[in-house]
Amino acid sequence: MTSYIARRLVQTIGLLFLLSILLFALVNIAPGGPLSAYGGRRIRPERVEILKRQFGLDQPLPLQYIYWLAGNDWLQIDSDGDGIAEQSGTRKGILRGDFGFSYRTREPVLHEIGLRLPNTVTLMGITMLTAILIAIPLGIYSALKQYSIFDFLATTFSFAGQAIPEFWLGLLLILIFYAWLKNPWTGEPLLPPGGMSSLDSGFSLSDRLAHLVLPVLTGALGWIAWYSRFLRSSLLEILPLNYLRSARARGLSERRVVFHHALRNALIPIVTLVALDLPYIFTGAVLIESIFAWPGMGRLYYQAAVERDYPLLMAVLIIGAGFIILCNLIADILYAYLDPRVRYE
Amino acid sequence: MSTYIETIESPAEQSVDLAQNVWKRFRRHRGAIAGGVIFTVLALMCILAPLSPYDPEKSNLPEKFQPPSAAHWLGTDALGRDLFTRILYGGRISLSVGGIAVSISLLIGVPVGALAGYYGRGLDSLLMRITDAFLSLPSFLVLILLAAILREVELPFFQRNNVFTISFVIGILSWMTFARLVRAAFLTLRELDYVSAARALGSSDGRIIVGHILPNGIGVVIVEATLQLGYAIIQEAGLSFLSFGIQQPTPSWGNLISAAQDHFIKYPWLAIFPGLMIFLSIISVNYIGDGLRDAFDPYKVLERVGEYT
Repeated sequence: MTSYIARRLVQTIGLLFLLSILLFALVNIAPGGPLSAYGGRRIRPERVEILKRQFGLDQPLPLQYIYWLAGNDWLQIDSDGDGIAEQSGTRKGILRGDFGFSYRTREPVLHEIGLRLPNTVTLMGITMLTAILIAIPLGIYSALKQYSIFDFLATTFSFAGQAIPEFWLGLLLILIFYAWLKNPWTGEPLLPPGGMSSLDSGFSLSDRLAHLVLPVLTGALGWIAWYSRFLRSSLLEILPLNYLRSARARGLSERRVVFHHALRNALIPIVTLVALDLPYIFTGAVLIESIFAWPGMGRLYYQAAVERDYPLLMAVLIIGAGFIILCNLIADILYAYLDPRVRYE
Repeated sequence: MSTYIETIESPAEQSVDLAQNVWKRFRRHRGAIAGGVIFTVLALMCILAPLSPYDPEKSNLPEKFQPPSAAHWLGTDALGRDLFTRILYGGRISLSVGGIAVSISLLIGVPVGALAGYYGRGLDSLLMRITDAFLSLPSFLVLILLAAILREVELPFFQRNNVFTISFVIGILSWMTFARLVRAAFLTLRELDYVSAARALGSSDGRIIVGHILPNGIGVVIVEATLQLGYAIIQEAGLSFLSFGIQQPTPSWGNLISAAQDHFIKYPWLAIFPGLMIFLSIISVNYIGDGLRDAFDPYKVLERVGEYT
């Protein structure tokens, strides 16, 4: 197992390397070049030249890639174009955690990400937890009562939940809970339509929670539909198996058979499914965050895309891809750990 | 002696039987039939959009924000355009994007999977590493990036994020499942005796891949293609909602909702109806996919029939 993990880690590094080349190429063949949208500000052509030299953009692409990856602080750079190199490079490269500066705010990219990440982790973490807590009982009950009215409704719901575009659902929920339903005592809208907290008041837990309800509902629905349907079919595959029949024959209660013996096995695929969805906790949900004006990673990425803030876009994509690869690995390891029948050589 | 000859049918004869069997089983799936009917009606309505007396793009300010009525079945938008007409024209765009995007991912994914599965070894690991790399991308974020870049450029075929551009970016980010499914099918099928027989009879690799192995793996590909169609429609809608997709004034289901965002509290129909179209088309496509999955997987159907009788 250890050697398997080691081999997978090596593969992971190779994969990330491949991806970094892919993404770097993509961003750099984009017409206009990264400086064409320098914060939307107008800059004098001479200044552009100097900036280009400082960023190393006058160099051939493969060299630029190396600077981006490993930095250029070991080199002397000729920033004014007189043929004499007079200052050393300032970039450390992404390998040493230097993702460069955001074109838009001129702050280090990692600083920008650090400001938004906690908001996204809060939103997506709560969304995922809600989804799991609802989906598991739903899936179990649906499987135990296969072909009942409840099962029919739950299955239909899960088809519907997977077909609803989340941004549309978000707008519908705002319509219902903000525009139509009012708090019967105050006459205020029942729930706020967006943001993380009310501006005027100080910190209040109930205010924070009220702001979470709609985005969490919007995000959770798709996951509830997906997880519950998966759990239902995985339980249905297991329930007729012989080991459960012998458990019943030994006189165990149906409750114990289902919850102790069947569920353990049925949950294994769900655990891996959840592990595969974990990267969303970092990248966030662009559509939900933009509807509910949630200041998280998704909105940060969206703004960066509008203004073509390439260093930020690259950083989010690379780190996001890293998370995806890591979570894939975690999912595979968890799978082998939970299910002794699975062996990797 | 005759039994042996019967087992080696030509692919054409086989496929007739397969299609008949699949259709027979598909008909038993009520959800799939309902989905098929709804989707056909939706598609027909969109195809017949030019029958509408209104222009989908020309503004008519005096009639703006009218609620649904006999003249304007679904009301009018901020520029006084008939929403129903715009939804139908938008449907042409959204459904074409879905169809073209899936065709593009099929065109990439099926050959990649077939070559990797048939030839194995070095080619297999190279192609599968590339597939893994694509699978490790946060796909919606890359989609946004690509669309944001292409929105700014003027290339032949790619002008201003038209239908082809959006289909292209969705397609090149979603071929990986096809590649994996086809590869898996090839890995099993290439070992079977009928393939050795074809090779012994002197068939070329190309003929074996296209004529003998591919037809037997087509089931999973068709099922996946239906599901991908729904996925592509939702991706286009999300992209256009963020204004990186199909650009105004050309309507698409996504940008209709996007345009409604500023007014939907007062004029909710502007957001409700386009979304309903997306919802209906995706749920019907998913039911069709579910029916096809059962139809291509006879064991599951036997179980189902056993349960019902």
